[in-house]
Amino acid sequence: MDEKELRALIAQVKEGALSRRDFVRRMVALGLTAPMAGLMLNYSGVAWAQPAPDWKPTKAGGGGPLKMLWWQAPTLLNPHFAVGTKDQDASRLFYEPLAGWDADGNLVPFLAAEIPSPENGSVAADGTSVTWKLKQGVKWHDGTPFTADDCIFNWEYAADPATAAYDIATYKDVKVEKIDDHTIKVVFSKPTPFWPDAFVGVRGMIIPKHLFEPYKGGKSREAPTNLKPVGTGPYKFVDFKPGDLVRGEINKDYHIPNRPYFDSVEMKGGGDAISAARAVLQTGEYDFAWNLQVEDEILKRMENGGKGRVTIIETGNIEHIQLNTTDPWTEVDGERSSLKTKHPTLSDKAVRDALNLLVDRGSVQKYIYGRTGVATANFLNNPARFRSKNTHWELNIEKANQILDAAGWKRGSDGIRAKDGKKLKYVYQTSINEPRQKTQAIVKQACQKAGIDIEIKSITASVFFSSDAGNPDTYPHFYTDLQMYTTTMTEPDPAIFMIQFASWEAASKANKWSGRNITRWRNDEYDKTYKAAEGELDPVKRAALFIKMNDLVIENVVVIPVVYRPNVRGIEKKLKVYLSGWDSDMYQIADWHREA
Amino acid sequence: MAGSTPASLTADAGGAREGLAPQISPALDAWRRFRRHRLAVASAIVLLVMALAVVLGPTLWPVSINDIDFGARLQGPSAAHPFGTDDLGQDLLARMLYGGRISLAVGLAAMVVSLVVGTLIGAIAGTARGSIDAGLMWLTDLFLSLPQLPLLLLIIYLFRDALKGLVGPEGGVFILVVAVIGGFRWMPVARLVRAQFLSLREKEFVEAARALGATTTRLVLRHILPNALGPVIVAGTINVADAIIAESTLSFLGLGFPPDIPTWGRLLFDAKDYLDIAPHWALIAGAAIFLAVLAINFIGDGLRDVLDPRRVM
Amino acid sequence: MGRYLLRRLLIAVPSLLGISVVLFTVLALAPGDPFGDLASNPAVPPEVRLALRAKFGMDDPVLVRYFHWLVAMLHGDWGFSFVSRVDVDTLIWQRLPATLFVVGTSQILALLIALPVGVMSATRPYSLFDQIANTFAFIGFSLPTFFTGLLFILLFSIELDWLPFVYRSDLAATGWRWYWEEFRQAIMPIAVLGMFQGASWTRYVRSAVLDVIRLDYVSTARAKGLREGKVVVKHVLRNALIPVVTLVALQMPAVFGGAIITEQIFRVPGIGSLLISSILANDTPVIMAVTFVFACLVILFNLIADILYGWLDPRIAYR
Repeated sequence: MDEKELRALIAQVKEGALSRRDFVRRMVALGLTAPMAGLMLNYSGVAWAQPAPDWKPTKAGGGGPLKMLWWQAPTLLNPHFAVGTKDQDASRLFYEPLAGWDADGNLVPFLAAEIPSPENGSVAADGTSVTWKLKQGVKWHDGTPFTADDCIFNWEYAADPATAAYDIATYKDVKVEKIDDHTIKVVFSKPTPFWPDAFVGVRGMIIPKHLFEPYKGGKSREAPTNLKPVGTGPYKFVDFKPGDLVRGEINKDYHIPNRPYFDSVEMKGGGDAISAARAVLQTGEYDFAWNLQVEDEILKRMENGGKGRVTIIETGNIEHIQLNTTDPWTEVDGERSSLKTKHPTLSDKAVRDALNLLVDRGSVQKYIYGRTGVATANFLNNPARFRSKNTHWELNIEKANQILDAAGWKRGSDGIRAKDGKKLKYVYQTSINEPRQKTQAIVKQACQKAGIDIEIKSITASVFFSSDAGNPDTYPHFYTDLQMYTTTMTEPDPAIFMIQFASWEAASKANKWSGRNITRWRNDEYDKTYKAAEGELDPVKRAALFIKMNDLVIENVVVIPVVYRPNVRGIEKKLKVYLSGWDSDMYQIADWHREA
Repeated sequence: MAGSTPASLTADAGGAREGLAPQISPALDAWRRFRRHRLAVASAIVLLVMALAVVLGPTLWPVSINDIDFGARLQGPSAAHPFGTDDLGQDLLARMLYGGRISLAVGLAAMVVSLVVGTLIGAIAGTARGSIDAGLMWLTDLFLSLPQLPLLLLIIYLFRDALKGLVGPEGGVFILVVAVIGGFRWMPVARLVRAQFLSLREKEFVEAARALGATTTRLVLRHILPNALGPVIVAGTINVADAIIAESTLSFLGLGFPPDIPTWGRLLFDAKDYLDIAPHWALIAGAAIFLAVLAINFIGDGLRDVLDPRRVM
Repeated sequence: MGRYLLRRLLIAVPSLLGISVVLFTVLALAPGDPFGDLASNPAVPPEVRLALRAKFGMDDPVLVRYFHWLVAMLHGDWGFSFVSRVDVDTLIWQRLPATLFVVGTSQILALLIALPVGVMSATRPYSLFDQIANTFAFIGFSLPTFFTGLLFILLFSIELDWLPFVYRSDLAATGWRWYWEEFRQAIMPIAVLGMFQGASWTRYVRSAVLDVIRLDYVSTARAKGLREGKVVVKHVLRNALIPVVTLVALQMPAVFGGAIITEQIFRVPGIGSLLISSILANDTPVIMAVTFVFACLVILFNLIADILYGWLDPRIAYR
């Protein structure tokens, strides 16, 4: 899909022929993000939709307790240190950003009075600044008013390298100016196409200046408010036990009238996903359960109990198999999978095409993930396929055999194909996680039938996903032929996601394997397109460039997508929730309520 | 009170035996006594059958262990699948037979390692006392306090590839698993044996033997050790069960056998989430472990009776 | 006795130092990085991770880090959690009550099962009672706690709906109601742990009593016409207690250390779950503090066991 086609689609949205939601879905399927799609519409003159939650309660409070389960427990409550989703969610009970992202890629204001737009000039036409108007009359939980100074302080706090805030990248290249007590201007150091970053969403939560000011920079870890948050959110802090429990009570002075509904909230952590599902779906001990990575068959059975239901939220997370472009079995200059090598067999496109035909995504979806993992041929989609509703992955052992025969890979006496003495034997690694081991088994069996031998390797997640430069078993080392994991696309800006195929990002010993390009695939055309997208201010043109990058990845079979994995949450039957795959689960907690 | 008997019955029985039937070798005599322990004999047969089944079984029941058949998922026992199937439709009998090799071998080998190391250290500490005792107890305390998980990760990281290169992937993993499981389970045995030694070495029959001029080695081997074996045998049976389960947890850390090898502990773990719709799966794996533990225990009881003639049946 | 105690306590100091060196080295060398999350998050620049590592002194040589730790520990500073950014002792104190209560009660339960059942089995070996007790004991330790725990949840929480299976450290109730709720939520983890421990202890008690019951002096005591009950309690049990004391002393540190799997299943916020989540997150200061306290308890209870041996069997001299 090129720029012209994108513009045609946008025109359809303007005319009302295509719904906003459908447009966003298509963009997500193309590998873009919902926020990016929202930005495209906004830039093209389609106003942000301001969804009105269907709100029945007539007053704040009276809803009793809201009990939620996270199987990973929150460990800290300062949003600028909250790397983990669990910590971001816990912080979001008490802290708010200026604006957040809803499921359809709309910017929804929280502490902002309105969303900036290019039309009224609050988003500068040259992409160098954006002006935010802050909501008036907002008070911190201790009664101090919220003003522009708080925003300025958050910028200074997070941008200071001594603070070591995880969101430093969002704040370090901008300047924040105070226009008046309730207006701020974010000035970018260079024209920036994706402006809703600072003060928006997960990395935008604002902490109070008057309590954190003495603890900026090197002293950040000493702040008592790191553990006892004072925010502007719908719930006030009561108690926090790291790794176990967070409790809050209703904020009677919340800045949105008649909110929130519940008198108290509780976020309990620990345990495992299956028993969290049980507690919501089967016994009703809890009202909400986060991230139910459980086989769908088990979830369905639990739903039959009638106490709760499962909600699926769309995201851009893809479980995929990466094919190593370098040789993991030859050591060059003290590293394997060195950029100086080429994979002896996977470098043959025929082998890669055959492998693509041997991944039985249908069975993986049907028998392992169900609703929680939808078979996909698209890492980031392929436009030609996109037009038809059919997904175009196929399992075709026969065709795979033909391709390999044609390419001269002959079966040996042991049934394994070889050419020039090089055998099709691969080590296939992933993290330890039940559905992943089952997927490995399914792929292994199909490959066996095509004369490809697969050795399965699995590594405990805390090692596989670590960044230890000394450990060869981490995914950035990629010291095997194939590996599988999910890339999460929670970043609103697709540029952060797409950098993983840029050649200068290739992981190697030189950069202590901190490069984002794990497959070490290098392609000049991709690099050029990425650089072009970096400075492109028109989001539609930029989107077209991203889509082109996606095509390159898919055509070259750099990765084999397996299933697309939406977020799965368990919800008590009468609970009404608002969730978004592009922001924290708690982003709209103020509107949660129980229906009669 | 007990001091009234000058020498232990062990010594008496030994003497009497030599006098009455000099032509019977000690081994034959031991076998006779073992044979009288009917439960032990039955258990030995059960264990032998299990061992034969897992060794020969795969040839007698030539069904592949990882043939995925989604049409036959989570089925109960039937003619086609005598033990039923799991959630990928794989035949459980074939998997039990294949996995049993590893589970039984790991369970027994790890038990032997833990018992031998534990008994040795406990016996030396209990006999020598003084600084040797203190040193060995320090070692025991150290092993008891080591956090297992980080240590295991460290071991995998340091030794897996080296051992793989040395003895091949299967053998390397086996040695590592047995060493790790055995190496983490000898401490209770050592403490128990030492405690028994401390108490037994002051007993009358030991003092009597010492007065009669027995050497320390003979004292330990003939008089103290046989009487200290009770807790060792119990520890042995518990360690077998423990080792079979522990093997499956190791494979979660990437230290054990690859996750597609269906050991009994692994089958039990995989089965737990399907406990309410496919109870046969868990039941079969659990029963196999139980049966093995039971058999090993009774064999242990029988062995102790052989070694300790005072025991009345 | 006094001198013996003093000497043992003096030995304990270098022992603990030695153990702490080994523990520290293992943790320092073990793979993993507490800031791995930062590395795998594409939005976080690598400088943040490097700055944090430097801030927490992770790039210093192991020996330097060890001395820092040792000096701090001697000053009563247990360290600072990388992950939660709080003092480690705060974390441990928050978790201790639940662990002491759940694991402690379960060990008492195990003893209450093991002692009577084991003694009764041994006094009448191979009787019907003995056979039944043995069968249950074998089932008890053949099935791991992850399995029995789940079985309990399916039965008592889901089928019968009698008991909650999420343990809460902040029960809303007060007064008698609080005790009742606490009892309801703790009964399953206590039972799972207690029965598992009880099953193996039963076997040990049985074997220990069997070893003693036929010893000469017991027969003598019997021959002297003492009542059977008195024989068992006065002569048999005291000697048979030596292995039992050993086992209990082995298990006591676990009352502090918690039970990782059971705590995980029932979401008991104990030391065990703190330890495992710290290990998975590579939060070394927390792991080090917990394992070091654990090591102190191991040594302490080993000493207590040695003293108890002498009390149980006066012929064991303190040397």
